[in-house]
Amino acid sequence: MLPTRYHGVGGRLAQDLNSTGPNARNLLGIEDLDRAEIERLLDSGRHFKSVPPRKKLDALRGRSIVNLFFEPSTRTRTSFEIAAKRLGADTIGIQALGSSLSKGESLVDTLNTLAAMNPDIIVMRHAASGAPHFLARHLSTPMINAGDGQHEHPTQALLDALTILEMKGTLQGLRVAIIGDIAHSRVARSNIHLLSKFGVDIVACGPATTVSKNLTRLAPGVSLTNRMQDAVRDADVIMMLRVQLERQNVEVFPKNEYFRYFGLSLEHVKLARPDAIVLHPGPINRGREISSEVADSQRSMILNQVENGVAIRMAVLQWVCSG
Amino acid sequence: MRLLIRNGRVVDPASGLDGARDVLIDGDRIAAIEPRIECPEAEVIAADGMVVAPGFVDIHVHLREPGIEHAETIASGSRAAAAGGFTAVCCMPNTLPVNDSAQVTSFIVDRARRTATVHVHPIGAISKGSQGERLADIGAMHTEGIVAISDDGIPVMNSGLMRRAMKYAASFGIPVIDHCEDLSLSSGGDIHEGIQSIRLGLGGLPGCSEDVMVARDIILSADTGARVHIAHISTASSIAMVRHAKQLGLPVTAEVTPHHFALSDEEIPGYDSNYKMKPPLRSQLDIDAAIEGLVDGTIDCIATDHAPHTGHTKMQEFERCPFGVTGLETALGLSLKELYHSGRIDLPHLVRLFSSAPSRCLNLDRGSLTAGGPADISIFSLTREWTYDANQTLSKSKNSPFGGRKFQGGPVATIVSGRIVWTVDEGIRPLP
Repeated sequence: MLPTRYHGVGGRLAQDLNSTGPNARNLLGIEDLDRAEIERLLDSGRHFKSVPPRKKLDALRGRSIVNLFFEPSTRTRTSFEIAAKRLGADTIGIQALGSSLSKGESLVDTLNTLAAMNPDIIVMRHAASGAPHFLARHLSTPMINAGDGQHEHPTQALLDALTILEMKGTLQGLRVAIIGDIAHSRVARSNIHLLSKFGVDIVACGPATTVSKNLTRLAPGVSLTNRMQDAVRDADVIMMLRVQLERQNVEVFPKNEYFRYFGLSLEHVKLARPDAIVLHPGPINRGREISSEVADSQRSMILNQVENGVAIRMAVLQWVCSG
Repeated sequence: MRLLIRNGRVVDPASGLDGARDVLIDGDRIAAIEPRIECPEAEVIAADGMVVAPGFVDIHVHLREPGIEHAETIASGSRAAAAGGFTAVCCMPNTLPVNDSAQVTSFIVDRARRTATVHVHPIGAISKGSQGERLADIGAMHTEGIVAISDDGIPVMNSGLMRRAMKYAASFGIPVIDHCEDLSLSSGGDIHEGIQSIRLGLGGLPGCSEDVMVARDIILSADTGARVHIAHISTASSIAMVRHAKQLGLPVTAEVTPHHFALSDEEIPGYDSNYKMKPPLRSQLDIDAAIEGLVDGTIDCIATDHAPHTGHTKMQEFERCPFGVTGLETALGLSLKELYHSGRIDLPHLVRLFSSAPSRCLNLDRGSLTAGGPADISIFSLTREWTYDANQTLSKSKNSPFGGRKFQGGPVATIVSGRIVWTVDEGIRPLP
């Protein structure tokens, strides 16, 4: 192991211990971005979307990107890989299963290994909130957070915003309902930060065990409700969250009755604005948080989201490289 | 060997003394405290402008010996204590093995006698292995020198066991110290449940997880008549309940740590594990209540909960890092800033919180300055400006959230049993 850029032995993980290189640009969360940076990323995503998928670009030719996934993921990992390949980069995928990570290697040792491999970008997903922040503090390699625990999932929020913009033209003044296990959702957190920066009226809805009153202090413009009808009424966008039973250490709602009170049905959609759209980060649980009728309806933007995911991740990869 | 502390501001809360005095030490005893003492053969410490106080007593530290010596030892922890102005510490039993037997207690007492820089009083476990099932050998440990019992860090969830422990400990005249945390309410938590846990996506440790156990302990104290000491109290509700218990005349005491009144959860920078401890840093409301509790006497004393952890255990995903921060060397500086310089607490009261008050909580015969009494003395400055460097700590561990912090006032010299063991200029003086 080469302790090249790692200065933390025995010391504190302190703020002053900033070994991040001057050129490193990270995307660790939406909270840290300002509105102008987000707009630039969205514009860039829109641009990449307009490029025909068959056309190979060479913006990142010769660059190596490590996709470091400590949690199972199909669509986010694939999406990042396609985005990287379309930009001409070389990608290396490391997944927790089958790597030394599952043999008890510590994050610090992973860090040293990565420093020695010297990639140009690290894309990281991890089950622990703050894990990419921990690595970013000690590495000069640009780092993209592909989802950390219950904290943030910034590229998801960006692709959701791109999807909304395509349909609505603007974010300002929209009413967006976010429905599900808000407290434990990184998708919700990143979306709340992003939408709030654009003056969106955000209604967070879920059982009271998942909707903390502290959410209203997370960002301006957030209100809370425990009633689906109140959340979806007059909404421009209904954003459903995936029920992730595997993430619940303790039961925060009885799963058998979840759909009855917090699942999205056509009746709910009728309460929303006539041109309302429905988003879901996928993969969907039909009949658990969303009915098949809604998922397969014209309102559902689920496949647009997947397509926009590649474009946004191209934008983000290029952005961190040009830092 | 005689030592003369010349012209310091001698503050002894036990006797009410607060004035310029000379203090003469002969051997391990204080020989005299007078306005002017002449003693040509004595070594002189010029204490002009300094405060001369009873040696500080920290009734809540983790010295990690036996078993976890890579994080701390009785020798290293007691040196850090001396550098913090403490002349006596009480060490918690969550070692390897747990201090739940006469053998472990006598090992600690013996190691302390041979290696410690300050006086060390062990605290025994409440239950065997701190497993919360069967009572530890409380009487036998008491005979070997424990001053209290506690399952600190591994809370006693079984109220029946806690009730028996209180009654049984009372027969030996020692109090029960409780780390109040209902694990069914706190499981999965990393930091205080509030805006910061929501922002960082970390599990919350709700204030109520402490409150329900404080309530339980007060009720059990009323039932048994036994003395209960609430460790590291941290919530406004718990403090209000202790205030009520005291109004009822119940034998309930409480301590607060400096980090709990110096930092709020909103000051946690990102995912810095040096800010991770139990109970967690709470809200500003709780900080205000803690300071109010110190001012009105609801909270009896200050204790550090010095909890050393080696670097690699704190260099992990935040949620995997152990709970606890070091605190011996920064306790006085933080308390001066938050309590004294802020004008909330006067100097005699502050000295009391560090000396006679903690002694009284555990019935230790310490914390006063009297002619004929033990020469355990803490000399400190109210004005000296200094910066805490966690990398220079005398502890074996560096997990302090206060590295780089600037202080106004702090320890200057520490005298244990008539011997200067540490000075700010020279550091630790080797044991004879």
